[in-house]
Amino acid sequence: MYEFRMPSLGADMEAGTLSRWLVAPGDRVERGDIVAVVETVKSDIEVEIFHGGVVEELLVREGREVPVGTPLARLRTEVAEPGEAAEPAPPEAGPPAPAPPLPRVPAPVRAPPATARVHASPVARKMAAALGVDLATVEGSGAGGAILKADVERAVQSPRKEKAARPERPERPAEVAAPASPPPAAERAAGMRRAIAAAMARSKREIPHYYLANTIDLSHALGWLERENLARPVTERLLPAALLLRASALALHEVPELNGFWQDDAFRPGPGVHLGVGISLRGGGLVAPALHDADRKSLAELMTALRDLVQRARAGRLRSSELTDATITVTNLGERGVETVFGIIYPPQVALVGFGTIVERPWAEGGMVGARPTVTATLAADHRASDGHRGALFLAALDRLLQEPEAL
Amino acid sequence: MSDDAINDTVLEVLGRIAPEADLGTIDPGEPLREQLDLDSVDFLNFVIGLHERLGIDIPEADYGKLASIDGAVAYLVAARS
Repeated sequence: MYEFRMPSLGADMEAGTLSRWLVAPGDRVERGDIVAVVETVKSDIEVEIFHGGVVEELLVREGREVPVGTPLARLRTEVAEPGEAAEPAPPEAGPPAPAPPLPRVPAPVRAPPATARVHASPVARKMAAALGVDLATVEGSGAGGAILKADVERAVQSPRKEKAARPERPERPAEVAAPASPPPAAERAAGMRRAIAAAMARSKREIPHYYLANTIDLSHALGWLERENLARPVTERLLPAALLLRASALALHEVPELNGFWQDDAFRPGPGVHLGVGISLRGGGLVAPALHDADRKSLAELMTALRDLVQRARAGRLRSSELTDATITVTNLGERGVETVFGIIYPPQVALVGFGTIVERPWAEGGMVGARPTVTATLAADHRASDGHRGALFLAALDRLLQEPEAL
Repeated sequence: MSDDAINDTVLEVLGRIAPEADLGTIDPGEPLREQLDLDSVDFLNFVIGLHERLGIDIPEADYGKLASIDGAVAYLVAARS
């Protein structure tokens, strides 16, 4: 037996609203499957499960907000007892789940048979809630039938008849209806502000930060990138951000005490190099989902993963592991024109790497001055876990790695 | 594919990159990056989305021509013929 609980999707989360179940009783799930969508003040999160088994009972209805740790579902796990034959496949109907190849990439969720999944953009969802439109009755025109804002607008303008014949779902208790509507945008934005405030205040209260900065010559890196991109098809082109992320991940191998968590008065090394990538949300606020195993991805893989992460952050489709696994944060406020980032560490992480804008500066080398593209890399680190000397070695490693882009 | 269809494709791809935006309020002659607050990853996703839907190769040197909706449509119409 395994209880699936409301996960903590970050230091700043106290409760979450179970907005949709993607499984129903009787469904078999594998470790890593996405089983539910949870709405937090930051965004909708696709929640993965960490144990395989068969869903026995859903304990929390859709639309309910519950504290972190609340049991959401009970699963029958399938650990064969000694001397007992492995449990036969459950008898229930439904498409046989093909054995997934390992390692398991978080797979697209198969539509559960009982509870039809409604695919909709967060904007469409908010609008539907505000207008009292049942998304189940809206025809989606987006990718994979996803419901977009325009579809909701159309649905409001032309009350459909063809779908009115849908059977009612009488088992739905009326009380679900009220809490199911997501908070209005303003309330959600306020919640996001409070969450960021709590995490950042905790950081400033508890973490003795030290700050280091180093300006790095990027002429080799960008020259290489330009030549490389000429030869690459558009789908495989690289952005400077990929080089910066890759170099950061590799530099962490040399100074591992920046990669991990400060917990229970001790440093716990991260189980991998999972770079939290700061993404500012245009509705306000920010998220820093993890690029898993950034040190083991090639530049092309890193770029693909980054594009996917940004796209899903925009669409409100991040996964729970991405919100909880980051072992360090890398932020690239340079996109917005600032030269230097003075980071605030996201607890319980122990460091934050910041990159400013890539700008041309006068650069002296070998007695000569020339104009070169440069970036200012900064490190904000937790003095409990590391000292400035080690932090300086990290920035030096970053510089060295960026001078040999072909080796990245 | 008609010019209108290309315009629709541009809007559809934008809608995926900026799902929170109201595309009806965008000035088609003005830069998208500022209007939609796109970052470099968003913009690359925009270019790749256009490439995947229209099968048009877009060299990096031409990215600047895709800065606005009007610019992108004009570029893609010319590139297709």
